[in-house]
Amino acid sequence: MSKDIRIKKGLDLKLKGEAEKQLSNATRSKVYAIKPSDFHGVTPKMILKEGATVKAGEAIFFSKKDEAVKFISPVSGTIQEIIRGEKRVILEIRILADSQDVYVEHSKINPKSSSRSEVKEHLLASGCWPFIKQRPYDVVANSADTPKAIFVSGIHSAPLEGDLNFVLNGKKDALEAGFAVLTKLTSGKVHVTVDSKTDFMPSTEGVVVHKGQGVHPVGLVSTQIAKIDPINKGEKVWTVQIEDVAVIGELFLTGKFNAERIVALTGTGFERPSYVKALIGAQISDVVAGNLKEGNYRIISGNVLTGDKKTKEDALGFYHSQITVIPEGDDYDFFGWNIPRPNKFSVYRAMMFSFLTPNKKYDLNTNTNGEHRGFVLTGEYEKVCPLDIYPMQLLKAILVKDIDQMEALGIYEVAPEDFALTEFVDVSKQDHQRIVRQGLDLMIKEVG
Amino acid sequence: MSLKQNLHNLKEKYRGTKMEQSFNALHTFLYMPNITTHSGSHVRDAADLKRVMNTVIMAMVPVLLFGMFNAGYQMNGQINGFEAVDFFTLDNFLVGLKKILPLLVVSYGVGLGIEFIFATVKKHEVEEGYLVTGMLVPLIVPIDLPLWMLAVAVAFGVIIGKELFGGTGMNVLNPALTIRAFLFFNWAAWMSGDKVWVHGAVDGLKASNGVDAISGETILGALAQNKPLPEHWDAMNSFFGFIPGSVGETSTFLIVLAGLFLILTGIGSARIMISAVIGAAVMGLIFNGLVDSGAIVEGSKFYGLMHLPFWQHLLIGGLAFGIVFMATDPVSASQTNTGKIIYGFLIGLFSILIRVFNPAYPEGVMMAILLMNVFAPTIDHYVVQANVKRRMKRLKLKTA
Repeated sequence: MSKDIRIKKGLDLKLKGEAEKQLSNATRSKVYAIKPSDFHGVTPKMILKEGATVKAGEAIFFSKKDEAVKFISPVSGTIQEIIRGEKRVILEIRILADSQDVYVEHSKINPKSSSRSEVKEHLLASGCWPFIKQRPYDVVANSADTPKAIFVSGIHSAPLEGDLNFVLNGKKDALEAGFAVLTKLTSGKVHVTVDSKTDFMPSTEGVVVHKGQGVHPVGLVSTQIAKIDPINKGEKVWTVQIEDVAVIGELFLTGKFNAERIVALTGTGFERPSYVKALIGAQISDVVAGNLKEGNYRIISGNVLTGDKKTKEDALGFYHSQITVIPEGDDYDFFGWNIPRPNKFSVYRAMMFSFLTPNKKYDLNTNTNGEHRGFVLTGEYEKVCPLDIYPMQLLKAILVKDIDQMEALGIYEVAPEDFALTEFVDVSKQDHQRIVRQGLDLMIKEVG
Repeated sequence: MSLKQNLHNLKEKYRGTKMEQSFNALHTFLYMPNITTHSGSHVRDAADLKRVMNTVIMAMVPVLLFGMFNAGYQMNGQINGFEAVDFFTLDNFLVGLKKILPLLVVSYGVGLGIEFIFATVKKHEVEEGYLVTGMLVPLIVPIDLPLWMLAVAVAFGVIIGKELFGGTGMNVLNPALTIRAFLFFNWAAWMSGDKVWVHGAVDGLKASNGVDAISGETILGALAQNKPLPEHWDAMNSFFGFIPGSVGETSTFLIVLAGLFLILTGIGSARIMISAVIGAAVMGLIFNGLVDSGAIVEGSKFYGLMHLPFWQHLLIGGLAFGIVFMATDPVSASQTNTGKIIYGFLIGLFSILIRVFNPAYPEGVMMAILLMNVFAPTIDHYVVQANVKRRMKRLKLKTA
């Protein structure tokens, strides 16, 4: 049954620096890097050593917990360096790229006429598996599981996120193949939620298309899961980003793992916010080359609510198709706590008048606008959280590590990204996403 | 070098020393700190706890100023006759200023002093909660309260009522009401009766001006004893606040404006305020009904208060002040939206109930709020359990 999802509780943060619909090609990086930390909870075991040559799409390490899950190199070249941290934890694998990519050639498979195990083997062998994530816990899916359903969000609602109609233009065939693959993996349905402007959606048997509208987080998959078929204790569902469904589809159509992403360059730190074609693992300095403004800016792989802080030398995150650059806010603000500040946004009206100009776009910086405090205000998180969950009560249960209470309050239904808005509006400046991540990790450890 | 840079250098110098917390507390008042986000949401709302607390304080300023005028007006009115005295005169204001400013200074001085000491010893930042408490306290005490009593009570309220629980955000009871309850139970003669609610009533100005001692009685006190009310205590004057009472509680008009301000700014809970007013009105109507039905007749000791029309109950005493500024304290109130409605309603209900049935202490709002502070977590528990049960039921449906 197709559902209409309307989200009223939430917040569309209006920022300056939306990407113009112009696409250019990023310069090919000399070095590409894969960071195991992009795959939360995965302990990498290296397959290849430093100095080994790799093809594009060749596995370089696998997950210690789930050895079938392999992680591949996006380019062909030589493994230049494996950077390790404390206790020899692998932080980053750097691959010196050849000038031209040589791909690992996989067979072309028609997913519709294949069995579940054939499809699964193909995904695992090709390195596409990490695109599939599991709820609860928001980690890479376990290859032994069969999920009760698979959810794909076809809506981008986070601040300045790329326009999916633009990004997925011309990928209908790949998407159709990708969705056909997903339908094989679950015993239940594949649910896709799109909005009224969507024009990339193919119709595939076994895929239920839902309509979503309203404010962010309508595009977050947890929101859609909660409205369509909520996760209960003991159940597992999988999620895949829609861009990655196209990558999976392309693998089955062409036999190649094409690590190409159309990356939205957004935020006021860009001279020309626009789109760039780059490979997964590309060095950010190459992706943003010639487009960055001089000055004190923060580079974020992803959007401002959930992305990761990066330097120019870092690589584009594995799951990210957006780079946001906004001003750093590491300066003092004279009487900043009581005078009205027209260049800042607030959901409160406490001497802040942004509510008078609801359509104004802001150039926000990274200042926390206050110091860390205990939880004081109540009822504010609920206004931006459409899930049937008590955010503060859940956060407090996590902080005191009360597993029964966390379970009762719905920890299985959330991912850190669902707490980005509550984190944004929190006057006590607590790190909600970090707290939720800790809670999920504790659940993995204690409950599994 | 600029002030900003100098202060920044000092901050670095004091980092890790005993001065750190105290210096930072003062520094952040001048400059919003240069802290940036590092993980999670990279941008944050412009409001912080200081801004929130500041908004509440701003809402209280008109009430405080009105309290200063009223202090002089009540005294001069009794001496010279209320018809002959204007309200907004400098003389009235100065009478109030002279008495209320010391209350404010002692309240902030003692309370913040303790907060700074605790912050330094426990090595956490000085939190803003007391900025509101410190302003509330002078507004809810009788004007002639000796300063040493206030100092002792503030120390008790801050240490026992708040810091022992872990500081701002952790306390069970509203700190300002804890302070007031401490005063009430230790020095009841200073906190109730008919001697304390007008400046000068305690020591009597008899000797100096030849008038009988000033009466320090309030409307509630008079009603509790079934006394007839004088003409200048009519509903209109009660509403605008030209009546005796604690320093800042008398003007229902200004308090309603403050309440609207808090609701519009998104800081105060409309749920609590509105449901509390409804709760009080319902209880008032019940008592009015008892009188109408003849169950309570003239001569009964409850007649005076039960006979008063329910809507007038809303205008007198500290009810409005308690509802707008104390019941809405987010830390000690219910934290769930449904819980807030129940919590507010019961506060209103109990306020009037205590008011009518406790002749020794005719204003019930303090007790009602403290009582509901204690029960707020219980209310929340049942509200949250409903959510938990919904989740369990979903699971059962699945497995069945």
